[in-house]
Amino acid sequence: MTTTTIASDTAPAERVATPVISTHGLTKQYGEHTAVDGLDLTIRPGEVFGLLGPNGAGKTTTILMLLGLTEPTAGSAEVLGHDPTREPLLVKSRVGYLPDEVGFYDDLTARENLRYTAALDRVPRREAEDRIDAILDDVGLFDDGDRLVGEYSRGMRQRLGVADALVKQPSLLILDEPTVNIDPEGVRELLLLVERLRTDQGVTVVLSSHLLHQVQQVCDRIGIFVAGRLRACGTIDELASDLDDRWVFTVGLSGIDEPLAVLRGLDGVGSVERGESGWVVHSDVDLRPFLHRAVTDAGGQLTHLTRRSADLDAIYHRYFGGDDD
Amino acid sequence: MTELGMRAGDDGALDGGRLATADRMADTPAFTGGWRIVATKEFRDHVRSMRFLVLVILLSLAGLASVHAASGPIRDAADTATRTPSIFLYLFTLAPQRIPAFHEFIGLLGPLLGIALGFDAINGERSQRTLPRLVAQPIFRDEIINGKFVAGIATIATALAAVMAIVGGYGALRLGIGPTWAEFARVVAFYLVAVVYIALWLALAILFSTWSRRAATAALASLAIWLVMTMFAGLIAGVVADAVHSVDANSPVEEVLANARLELTIRRLSPDQLYQDATGVLLNPSRQSTGIVVTDQSAALPSSLSLFDSLVLAWWQLVVLVAGTVVIFAVAYSIFMRQEVRA
Repeated sequence: MTTTTIASDTAPAERVATPVISTHGLTKQYGEHTAVDGLDLTIRPGEVFGLLGPNGAGKTTTILMLLGLTEPTAGSAEVLGHDPTREPLLVKSRVGYLPDEVGFYDDLTARENLRYTAALDRVPRREAEDRIDAILDDVGLFDDGDRLVGEYSRGMRQRLGVADALVKQPSLLILDEPTVNIDPEGVRELLLLVERLRTDQGVTVVLSSHLLHQVQQVCDRIGIFVAGRLRACGTIDELASDLDDRWVFTVGLSGIDEPLAVLRGLDGVGSVERGESGWVVHSDVDLRPFLHRAVTDAGGQLTHLTRRSADLDAIYHRYFGGDDD
Repeated sequence: MTELGMRAGDDGALDGGRLATADRMADTPAFTGGWRIVATKEFRDHVRSMRFLVLVILLSLAGLASVHAASGPIRDAADTATRTPSIFLYLFTLAPQRIPAFHEFIGLLGPLLGIALGFDAINGERSQRTLPRLVAQPIFRDEIINGKFVAGIATIATALAAVMAIVGGYGALRLGIGPTWAEFARVVAFYLVAVVYIALWLALAILFSTWSRRAATAALASLAIWLVMTMFAGLIAGVVADAVHSVDANSPVEEVLANARLELTIRRLSPDQLYQDATGVLLNPSRQSTGIVVTDQSAALPSSLSLFDSLVLAWWQLVVLVAGTVVIFAVAYSIFMRQEVRA
């Protein structure tokens, strides 16, 4: 009896652990240019994962390979248990995709556009109507559903794009640059919608963006893409602690004649500069155990000491060399 | 899922095994017939479009003009002649008063319908940025282009049926007689050949729409070929034939015949000529040849052919028209299948 219990206990646990996406050495070359270079990525169920990187870093190419829309040059991928190259239809029937700069048939209404998608997803007609109503309501387009998409604003199109990706009730939602072209309020609504989908329906979400500030609010983990390679992957905190200059302190001193000399004299200190609220000290090691004694030995006092938390800008500059916009 | 099933099975977990099987069954719904969904949508778009309306009106007006012009002499002839065969068919082939006959009009203007339905088939999806969304649905990629081609052919068939119903109905009213069954069968045969002929132009336009990213370029390229094939092919063929076999009033009959044969051979490089050959025979039971008819020959064989005999006569023209359509579409198909989604 005991063994049976254990076995049935482990089965669901294993299911949770089965990654939604896993890639091994996934590579795509266009002629000489390597768009994606040896990508190893694992995304777990129920996760909101941010693919972050500047334009042209290989995010869209990666997404296309995950959907079986372009064949990898090397490596393999598994999405929801299927190889997207060999079984693209099984993958595509369960993955909702919002392409970069999504487009619609302008001379059809929003509903007609969604009906076409529902038909291609083989959703029975009556059920499709119910789903479309519910989804249009979710994205706030219910009252505009019978208008021609040609009359839609960019923000409305983007929301319709999300609706379009949701028609098939996906297990995995891939949003390529969903926040581009929409105003801050629209971004907020979209991110709230993503949160809601994850919590209410357990949808796994992969979100690509070049705007860290926007995606970090909703992403559990972030993968940083630069020039086709995954440079770093983890939570914001993990990424921050990976930074080279992770020890940055703001130090307030009093009663010392040569504060600069004292601070520079400490082991591991890189640079010291005058900040607004004291000295900003960059160090290779944690200074906290030594600093107090050094200051007291010099005959002064430590008025305050704060460790600067690694912020988004630091992460961004570290990986993208400051060309964020 | 398979992997999970195996692993759970190894552990001896019956639940896990059953779960995996159920999941796999839920995972493999039938994804067949995606092209039909594409075709249905495209067909609906076509028949609701302004282009379709404009072209049906254009073809109908041209057809009405030619049938109106033809019906006058037919009525006169019918009054005098006691037994003129296939009066009704003359509506479509007689060209008095310099107005082309109906089947010539279709040969000339029909391609416009095919081009109008195809020139933005693929590049339109690209420029509207709907292609990535479309290919991300659970359909095979070729079902997109296949569905569009089928929808185009269905639209052509519908448009031509409408035009011929209007034109034929008007002609029947003017003449006061309808077609016999034999004549009706010939009209249907003509209709099918015309649909294939226009489908060839549709395939050409779709080919350009996969090749060129801009719809305007694809439309112009298609129209350029249409102009050359329908308007200038005769001129070019004539010039070449005269250069090879120059003829004047004193030339021997053999030389004149050789000139004419060469001209016809060159003209047959154009689908328009193949169509004219085939429909000319199908609509005219007394036509004994698709080639050059010397007056003696036609006088020698006064009897009229059965529809089957006419089909045999036009056989290779029909085969070439169908084969040409298939080949052009196959080229478009293979270009489309090789293209990147994000091209």
